[in-house]
Amino acid sequence: MTAASLPQFPWLTLLVMLPLAGALLCLLHGNRTVESRWLALATSLAVFGVSLYLFFCHGDGGSGWLRYEDVSWIERYGIRYVLAMDGIALLMVLLTAFLQLAAILLAWRVEEKASYFFALLLLLESGLMGIFLAYDLILFYLFWEIALIPMFFLIAVWGGENRRRAALKFFLYTLAGSLCMLVAMITLYQIHGDQSGTYSFVIGDLLQTKLSSTQEVWLFAGFMAAFIVKSPLVPFHTWLTDALTEAPAAGSLDLTGLLIKTGIYGMIRLAFPLFPNASRDFLPILAVLALFGLFHAAWCAYNEDDIKRLLAYSSISHLGLVVLGLAAWQLTAWEGSILLMVTHGLTTGALFVLVALIRERTGTRSLQELGGLWGQAPYLSAMFLLFSLASLGLPGLANFAGEILVLLGVFQVHPVWAVIAFAGVVFAAAYMLRLVQGTIWGPAKVKRTLPDLTAREWLILLPMAILVVWLGLYPAPFIAPLHGTVAPLLLGGMP
Amino acid sequence: MNDLVQNALLNVNIAAILPSLILVCFGMGLLLINVFLPRGTTRHAVWISLIGLAVTGFFVYTGWGNPQYGFNDAVAMDNFAAFFSITFLVCAALTILMSDDYLRREGYPVSEYYPLILFATAGAMWMASGTDMMTIFLGLEVMSISLYVLAGFFRGQVKSNEAGLKYFLLGAFSTGFLLYGMALIYGVSGSTRLTEIGVYLKTHASLLDNPMTLAGLVLLSTGFLFKIAAAPFHMWAPDVYEGAPTPITAFMSAGPKAAAFAAFLRVMEYCFFTLKPEWTAMLWVLAVLTMVVGNVIAIRQTNIKRMLAYSSIAHAGYVLVGMVAANEIGYSGILFYMLAYTFMNIGAFAVLVLAGKKGEDNLTLEGLSGFGFKKPFLGVAMTIFLFSLMGLPPTAGFAGKFYIFAGAIKAGYIWLAVIGVLNSAISLYYYLRVMVYMYFRDPEEDYAWVAMPGAVVVTIIIAIAGVFYLGIMPGEVMELAKQAVF
Repeated sequence: MTAASLPQFPWLTLLVMLPLAGALLCLLHGNRTVESRWLALATSLAVFGVSLYLFFCHGDGGSGWLRYEDVSWIERYGIRYVLAMDGIALLMVLLTAFLQLAAILLAWRVEEKASYFFALLLLLESGLMGIFLAYDLILFYLFWEIALIPMFFLIAVWGGENRRRAALKFFLYTLAGSLCMLVAMITLYQIHGDQSGTYSFVIGDLLQTKLSSTQEVWLFAGFMAAFIVKSPLVPFHTWLTDALTEAPAAGSLDLTGLLIKTGIYGMIRLAFPLFPNASRDFLPILAVLALFGLFHAAWCAYNEDDIKRLLAYSSISHLGLVVLGLAAWQLTAWEGSILLMVTHGLTTGALFVLVALIRERTGTRSLQELGGLWGQAPYLSAMFLLFSLASLGLPGLANFAGEILVLLGVFQVHPVWAVIAFAGVVFAAAYMLRLVQGTIWGPAKVKRTLPDLTAREWLILLPMAILVVWLGLYPAPFIAPLHGTVAPLLLGGMP
Repeated sequence: MNDLVQNALLNVNIAAILPSLILVCFGMGLLLINVFLPRGTTRHAVWISLIGLAVTGFFVYTGWGNPQYGFNDAVAMDNFAAFFSITFLVCAALTILMSDDYLRREGYPVSEYYPLILFATAGAMWMASGTDMMTIFLGLEVMSISLYVLAGFFRGQVKSNEAGLKYFLLGAFSTGFLLYGMALIYGVSGSTRLTEIGVYLKTHASLLDNPMTLAGLVLLSTGFLFKIAAAPFHMWAPDVYEGAPTPITAFMSAGPKAAAFAAFLRVMEYCFFTLKPEWTAMLWVLAVLTMVVGNVIAIRQTNIKRMLAYSSIAHAGYVLVGMVAANEIGYSGILFYMLAYTFMNIGAFAVLVLAGKKGEDNLTLEGLSGFGFKKPFLGVAMTIFLFSLMGLPPTAGFAGKFYIFAGAIKAGYIWLAVIGVLNSAISLYYYLRVMVYMYFRDPEEDYAWVAMPGAVVVTIIIAIAGVFYLGIMPGEVMELAKQAVF
């Protein structure tokens, strides 16, 4: 895994460090709300600019990487500062930068301790970028925890009524999972070092480790404990519904759009390639968990009255489909899964934004009290309709492309899974239509005059809407970076 | 007889005790100076003590890599002792920095406080450099007696008196155990010199399962484990930590604990290497017990000092894991961990020094309500220290735990590492609770918060710097720790 060692500009480091620097500057601005607001916006714009540059100017980091940065860090223990970007990471980085921009615009009106709020948002962005780029286990773990801390505070300080409970639950669940991962990491490192004589935490080196099947199963379990809790698959999902419901709007957006994707990304980047045999044995179980989650969450969503909670369940349900795609271990399904991760981030993220706006205007999130918004705020309702339809997978809108690829891919390998999953997608239509019906259609239960979308809100939603349509009609540019990346991952994983 | 005296005279090597000698001279000089100054002037004592610590540190530093043995091999100022000495000196310096304003606030501006800290530090250094049972005992006593006085320093406060007395009674009791163990081992081997005992036990394998040897080993361990506050010898710690003046609690939880570990490690490694399977098995159980007891009981605490006392017991458990591993990375992990723990724990206590009002009745979870936003700097600092105590990257606590658990895994104790990690997960709960109160509760009453004296702020900044330096760049210090272990 030695990369072309021409001194390149460290773009990836910039992606990680820029938000961190922004966060520190925001912190230094203490009580000056306005300055910190603009500072945060400028930082996230700059990060978005860098990620766009990386999207359009593919570099070549050697051996299949688009970019690769490698600096010695703690030499003695083979811990290196390695950042690497392939097609999947590129898409995730782009999504992170984009959604973070939306999150900061969404948080524009936060007045209470605003500079802390923005500092935490930027710190979160730094952690997320790190997770998607790190190619050294310790570095990965570092960013994994860095992303956890700001979210804890975002929920606990600026959240809803049960914020403390939700924040604590979120923290304890995810950290318990990731500590299991830490033990597995160190053990893997030790086994690899004893075998080869060179101790290293760089993932590329660890791929060569020869493990007995018992070792492999246990280590795989350690890693998956962290990723399954984070993604979250169904028996471990309760923290997410609480956290999503209680988090402030920008926090919910980041949580659903990005943070839970890190679990799936971890499976793709670490768990599957490092433990190919164990993961192949685990695939049927993963598929069962995914399908169960798909239905269970859809059912919960269908019966939910709080629209934010409803969307939380819909997120879990969608992620079930993503994981099912991974469990099929097939090229089309994987590409579909990754695309679906991105589009789900956009559509559900946008829906969370809209829910926050509705809540701001009406003061409620209950389906029983909402209704008839179309007559009161037509543009907002139109946006709501658009993203809801995209979310349920209407052809021509974003999620459709991903879903159809997943289902096609799964069908080729396990037709039965695909048939069951199809039924789940129908279910999605049911709860989404119920959501739309209950909020924007029907008679208005309370007569109110609502302000429609403001310029700032247009600025958040319009780019998302354009992307949703674009991804639905012509997803090719976004699938293109995946072509070179996914196939070797599948092959490298298959014995 | 003539020979013996001559041997000892030939073996005098001042270089082996030079640093601690300087420290003691500073301490005694300070006592003398105090006599001639009016009561209540303490500023000079702070400066003189700090200078003393710095000069001592300089001599320890210059002696690095150049081990000095002296007094017929009763003292060894080797890298091991030097590394630990630096830890003690850092610990003492930070304690002294945060003490002055605290003592004034509590109404005890007494300058004898500082020489006592210096003596305790010197005692700790002798424990780390002792290669003879008697030197270790001497160091332990010098350190402990100073600490008994310091724990009960606020003689007008019941709690402080209770702490001093409790610590003294139980400490004296445990010293008895230690001395008894030493006597038994002397009876078996005919020597008090650590290396000689080791060689003797190795050449006389039949003595290994002799009840007297085993009893000696167990009694010795009991004495040390008491000072470490490992379960089930931890009962004194919460009361003493709660009652003692806050800076002294900070000092006790880091420096003397490290000293006990240093002596324990050296005795085990020099004398009882032949019994390694036996004592690692014993420590395995105690490590698990200590971690579980410390963490589980800490959950129920509402007084922060008491909570940190239990957390300190838990941390002793993590360090014992490194001893069970009994390999290079585990041992150097212990050295590293104690330094890291010094920074993070003293930092946390320094924040508490400022958070407390006079009398410190408000050092409860409730009392810290809303603290984080009222005093942003202290809030952020406390958050950093708590994250470090939890063991989250990129802080010193993570690096320390990483090395210790890596040592355990390398030695094949995967389950021990798993238990350790699960215990870290438990500990999150009570550390987080502090943050929850600091940030997510509104202060109940708007009382006047104490001022922020420069010296304490400097302490906190140094501690933060240490936590991040050891967390982000642990390589260099770990390299030194590697050179320091046997």
